[in-house]
Amino acid sequence: MAAIEILWQALVQALHSLFTGAPVVREIVSLSLRVSGLALLLTTAIGIPAGAWLGLHRFGESLVARLGRRLFIAFLYTGMGFPPVVVGLLVYLMLSRTGPVGWLGWLYSPQAIVIAQTIIAFPVVAGFTMAAVTGVNPELRQQLRSLGATNWQATITIIKEARFGVTVAVIAGFGSIISEVGAAMMVGGNITGHTRVLTTGIVELTRMGLFADAMALGIVLLSITLVINLMMQQLQGRALD
Amino acid sequence: MPTTVYLLDDVMKSYDSRVVCHIGHLEIYKGEILGIMGPSGAGKSTLLRMLNFLEPTTSGTIRFNGLSVNGNGSVPMDVRRKVTTVFQEPMLLSTSVKGNVAYGLWLRGQKGGGCLLEQALERVGLDHLSKARAQTLSGGEKRRVALARAMVVAPEVLLLDEPSANLDPYNVSLIEDLVTSINREQGTTIILVTHNVFQARRLSQRVMLMLEGRMVEVGETERLFTQPQDPRTLSFIRGEMVY
Ligand SMILES: Nc1ncnc2c1ncn2[C@@H]1O[C@H](COP(=O)(O)OP(=O)(O)OP(=O)(O)O)[C@@H](O)[C@H]1O
Ligand SMILES: [Mg+2]
Repeated sequence: MAAIEILWQALVQALHSLFTGAPVVREIVSLSLRVSGLALLLTTAIGIPAGAWLGLHRFGESLVARLGRRLFIAFLYTGMGFPPVVVGLLVYLMLSRTGPVGWLGWLYSPQAIVIAQTIIAFPVVAGFTMAAVTGVNPELRQQLRSLGATNWQATITIIKEARFGVTVAVIAGFGSIISEVGAAMMVGGNITGHTRVLTTGIVELTRMGLFADAMALGIVLLSITLVINLMMQQLQGRALD
Repeated sequence: MPTTVYLLDDVMKSYDSRVVCHIGHLEIYKGEILGIMGPSGAGKSTLLRMLNFLEPTTSGTIRFNGLSVNGNGSVPMDVRRKVTTVFQEPMLLSTSVKGNVAYGLWLRGQKGGGCLLEQALERVGLDHLSKARAQTLSGGEKRRVALARAMVVAPEVLLLDEPSANLDPYNVSLIEDLVTSINREQGTTIILVTHNVFQARRLSQRVMLMLEGRMVEVGETERLFTQPQDPRTLSFIRGEMVY
């Protein structure tokens, strides 16, 4: 059978199993969304404040302070393109039985994937947030202070002013983890009905020759990333207003 | 004897060891409108930032109601909140007009300022635009929103940095009337920075001239305009000064 025919058949079956809600497919989609959703929640909770702080806080005018800030930002930008498998490896080493937090027994569990994805998405969320708040007129803080804002209130207002850019940060963070395969494979173990997410599911089902199911997952993943990209475009357009 | 709100002694501000503002001795009185004139780069905005506790002085002392406020970090919040500035740029928040005007009240946790808001919007002639997005307003309307936003917090001292520069006569006279009436009705001390000598003369009880970071002369408006003591003041008010 020609590859193109397999593809076609798989596509038809995929749509079928998607719409009839084949349990395997449903389970994987659901786990994927829950794991990446939780990871996103965690990373947002740390990444937005961290990005805002980096973007707004001046660590002093000394050479050391300025160099330190530059270096940290360089790390952050590197982190945005950091290979997820390397994060996977580090998390693996941490969680493995002899690792520092091996006693948690989280290796090959959904929690492990959440941890890895939280780390992967962090630089993306923090980096984009930093860029967004840096784009807000620096004199605005003085105006807010002058109107009686505490430093803390002024920071909240500035994040609000950068809200479109910050939303872009969150969506980009989600995009970086939902389609990530290496780390999820390494620390999750791709266990049927336990730690199988969209990406690792595609790998496994393809290996088993279940092209239709693999394709079904592929379509879901594609749809999610498509929606993410549409949202990004929409928001980035508004952020430029 | 008028009450002194600000007392400045040998106040100096420098950036990268360049002195941009140096005031030998200056008292600002409660309830007055003090006009500050001077060409671009004279250090007027810098002085306002120090008076609003936004930047520390490089040296010298500023006393506000008797309290030393040289370092900006140490000024207690309730003192800070007695002074507010309307900056040269209106810098509105990306929300509705009403949201902007309500900002200061929100900061202070004051709920139910509905009546205050309506009043402020009415006074700047923008009650019909209260739901409009601030970004969509014209230049003059934006300035008026910024003014209303400062008015609602009922400051003891209002610092105005070129509140009507580059505006049409209609907006200029609207803003000037507003400045006068805020001062009369609330007894608000107003420090008005302008490089328009006519505006300074129209609105202020006292005027001060700054040149290249220095205070050249300060005094009763009519006296300063009719009998300036410094030749530079004379050439500035005659519009002969090249800048
Ligand atoms: N943050 C800063 N860092 C370095 N230099 C500054 C800073 N702020 C102001 N200056 C300099 O201080 C001088 C006085 O500036 P300032 O804004 O106080 O002038 P101004 O009298 O308000 O002028 P304008 O009428 O144009 O607004 C200028 O030469 C300016 O370049
Ligand atoms: Mg200025």
